[in-house]
Order: sequence, then C-alpha cells, then structure tokens
Amino acid sequence: MTFRGRAHKFGNDVDTDAIIPARYLSTSDPEVLKNHCMEDADPEFPGKVQPGDVIVAGKNFGCGSSREHAPIAIKASGVSCVIASSFARIFFRNSFNMGLPIFESDEAADAVSSGDTLEVDADTGTIRDLTTGKLFQARPIPAFMQELIVDGGLMEHIRKRGSI
Amino acid sequence: MGMTIAEKILAAHSQTKGFQPGDIIKVDVDVALANDITAPIAIQEFRKAGVPSMAHADRVVFVLDHFTPTKDIASANQCKYVRDFALEHGMEHFFDGGEAGVEHALLPEKGLVLPGDLVIGADSHTCTYGALGAFATGVGSTDLAAAMLTGQAWIKVPATMRFVFTGTLRPWVGGKDLVLYLIGRIGVDGALYKVMEIAGPVISALSMADRMSMSNMAIEAGGKAGIIAADDTTKAYVKPRAARPYTIYTSDQDAVYDSVTTLDCGDIEPQVAFPHLPENARPVGEAGDVKIDQVVIGSCTNGRIEDLRTAAGIMKGKRVARGLRCLILPATPAVFRQAVKEGIIDIFLEAGAIVGPPTCGPCLGGHMGILARGEKALATTNRNFVGRMGDPASEVYLCGPAVAAASAVTGVITAPQEVAR
Repeated sequence: MTFRGRAHKFGNDVDTDAIIPARYLSTSDPEVLKNHCMEDADPEFPGKVQPGDVIVAGKNFGCGSSREHAPIAIKASGVSCVIASSFARIFFRNSFNMGLPIFESDEAADAVSSGDTLEVDADTGTIRDLTTGKLFQARPIPAFMQELIVDGGLMEHIRKRGSI
Repeated sequence: MGMTIAEKILAAHSQTKGFQPGDIIKVDVDVALANDITAPIAIQEFRKAGVPSMAHADRVVFVLDHFTPTKDIASANQCKYVRDFALEHGMEHFFDGGEAGVEHALLPEKGLVLPGDLVIGADSHTCTYGALGAFATGVGSTDLAAAMLTGQAWIKVPATMRFVFTGTLRPWVGGKDLVLYLIGRIGVDGALYKVMEIAGPVISALSMADRMSMSNMAIEAGGKAGIIAADDTTKAYVKPRAARPYTIYTSDQDAVYDSVTTLDCGDIEPQVAFPHLPENARPVGEAGDVKIDQVVIGSCTNGRIEDLRTAAGIMKGKRVARGLRCLILPATPAVFRQAVKEGIIDIFLEAGAIVGPPTCGPCLGGHMGILARGEKALATTNRNFVGRMGDPASEVYLCGPAVAAASAVTGVITAPQEVAR
C-alpha cells in the first residue's frame, strides 16, 4: 500500500494532550474527536488537514496518556500515516492495535519540511519526499506487528487467528 | 544467564522460554484495568467480538475515577455505558460512586495487585504497581478488549535500566522529588521502551507511598514499567490486603542490564518541574519568584494518606495565601476517612483549602479545578504538558506534597523549610 500526501511537521515530545486534549474525552466518537486533532499544538490543523496527509515529528511522539482517542483522532482526520524519529511506547502499540500506520526514521523526521509532498510505501518502509527528491528508509517493523497491520488491527487478528 | 525481575515475571506468565529483549511474546494477564475514559472503547471492541462472557471476569477491574462525580451529560453517559456492562457481567471488581477512588491508589489498597503480578491497564500510570514488585504497564483500550476476550496480551520484551539510589536524603525530600530529579537527568524519553528498575538503600528505606510515587512516574521517562523489588516493607503492606497467593521475584546478581546508574541523594533538594515537560525539574531553591493561582494536592502520584500528612504538617495553623485556591483531593475513600480520623481534613479546612472527593479531575483538566488563560498551578500530579489542567495558555508546575503545601501558604513556589516550624 502506498500513501501520498502533504507533510505537517511537529517537534519533539508531542504529547497525547496536544494530539487530543482531555477536555474532549467525554466521547470516543471519531467524527467529534477529529475536529480537535492536534488542536493544542496547532489550532489550525483540524481545518487544514487533507485526506492522505502525513504527520512528521521528532522524538517521542505520542508521549503521555494511554488514550486511544489520540490515534483515533489522527486517523479520523484523514492522516494516512505518522513518521517520527521515535514513538512513545503506548502510542506505538495503540497505533498497530487499531490500524494507524506509523514509521520511525530519524532522517525523514529531520529533513522533511511542512508542505512537502510525501509518498510512503507501507510494505517496504520507503519514504520519498517528492518536493525535494530525497529518499528515506524507515526502521523495519517486527514480524508480529506486520501481521497486525495485514490483519487490520489486534481484534481482527484475534478473530482471524483465534488468539493473540 | 541471570535475569531481572521484569524478565522473571514475563517468563512466569509466558509459554515462550529463552526470550531476548526485543522479542514479542504472549503473556497471561493477572489484572486488566480500565477507567471511565478508556473502558468504553474496550467494551465496544469486546462487544463487536460477539462473545458472551469475558475469559476471566474476575481479573478485570473497572474504576470510574476520571470524570467522576460525572462532570457533564456526555461523561455521565460514558460512565453509564461502563456501569451497565459491569452489572450485566456481574463484575466483582467494579468501583463506582462512594467505592471509587483514583485507580492507582485504589487497586494496591484493595489488595487487587500483588507482587509478581503481570498487570495491564488502559491508563498510562498503571506502572504505579511496579512499586509492589509487579510488572505493570499501561496499554490502550484495544489491548484491554483483547485481554477481556483472551486473558492475554502481547509484550515486546523490554531491556532493563537499573537506577541505584544511595546516600542520605535531605529534609523534605520524598519519592516524588527523587523521581522528578531522575526524569530531569534522563529526559522524558530517557527510558523509552525500557523497564526502569529502581533500587538501592534509599529506596529500601522508603514507605510504600513514596515508592508508588516513583513507579507512577516511570512513564514520564518513557518507561514501560518502574519496578522496585518487593521486600519486608512490601510484605507488611500486602499481608492484610492479599486475598490470593503471590510471588516475590528479585533480580539475579548476574542479570543483564541495559545500563546501571548510581545516584547520590545527598545533593538532591525538593524538586519542581517547570512547564511544559516533567523533565524540566530543578531544585525548589532555584525556582525563582513564581506566583501561583492554584495548588492541587492529590492524584495517583501523591494522594495517599502519607502525602496528606506531610501537607497537613506544614499547613497546620496557617492560612492559604489570599487569592490562591488550594484543592485537596484524597485519592480514595479510605484515605479520606483516615484523614478525617486524624484531624487532617480539619487542618486543611481551617487553612482555607477546598477538600474534594476522590477523583482524577483536575490532573488531566477534566473538572474540579480547571485553569483560566494565563493561570499557574503547582500540583502534586504527574504531567505539566501544554493545556494539561485547562486553558492551553495556562501553566502547571509539578512537585511533592511538602513544596505544594508550603507554596499554598505563601502564594509563590516555596521550599518547605521556609514555612514549616
């Protein structure tokens, strides 16, 4: 699968309160959550994000709370995937469990600028910056987590295979 | 080859033997926890699976503690959704109303988490139970749904970083100060994907409350767990509470660590973490002149009876500074009741503090103490991210109960010894 969209660049340690503030957690409806996605990091984000766009960030993306509302809000806002130097571990597992593709690449996190058009090959982890012509390779994803992606998340994985 | 506590607990709960850090294993879960924010998604996912009952209903715990007492119609509906499921499934460990408390204070108090357990919780501060010598880690709602369905979870085996605290603690320094200092040293991703094993003579001498404050904040360094080996202090805490057998694990002498760091506590002052990351810790003496609008004493980090005693000891006979709101939220009903018995609540009320029910409320900007634009709060909670306690243009400073109480009296961030008699 290939994703194509514009990059929205963020810094290091983007926390789950920035991705979806707790004041909106009295619902888990993706259609409501998406209207507040990244609001405290960039108030204009919900209005300008387009289907297929890519969030690019520095280290420790998604630190803080275990709220699955964070990857839900990102996915519902139309973002195709997230690229970061590293992910906080609960956000990392939540993304695989509920089917938001994420990629780790220090080089891409560093070199990509906001507004660049990116093309990401989810199968190979190849990230192409079509604006600058630069090519990056994301770190490999463990086999089990690739299975989760192929199956469509953890619950579908269990349904298909009978266990975790 | 020797093993760490974390590796021993994982091995005891998995069919996979001889695993290495980085391997992905399946584990049996002793306790699976969720709250009023995370349980609804877990329940939806569980219901979608179309299975009539949970694999081990007696191992699933729901606590309605975040937006309770319910703050609006939407949060009331969320709580009702969880309550209806809990009643339908006859859940033994469902905590609501006057039985609910802040989950990570409540579960150890009730004896629901024990040494050697493997605990997952759809709440990032589940790592608190590492203080009992358990492997406890925060997960998402989908992980919880999977555990409700299968009794299992997947774990990427973490390497362990060992932190050894030595020397003599200075006055007014508690577990919260030690962990803020540690996060200040290693950063908010200093233990990313790793287990933090917290050890040393200083830790052995700490109360369970102080230990829980430390393990609680392992996640603020990115840690997967914050484990403290169970000892006599742990056994004394667990003995009147445990209703099932438990196992105490210790790390082998030749266990393999990712790193070993020794920290001398002799130089550590009470700490304050400045906005907007817990790693911005500095000694309270170097805080400068920070005027605050609100103090919060409570939460899963510092809402235990020991924390309230420390705060009351400083506030006794004094008044909360004019123009400052001081909120005190005992973490559980039992803590509240004990504080009433000891006259601690009287001390707070006489000082002009607000005493509220057990709830996570203000810690995550949920309710009961939301900050206006430009306001500053000093809190014994665990996160000071942008907008954490209210308006995105407000600020949160983190500290232990002694600094919080002293600052509530003066109105500016203040070292405890400047107020305490």
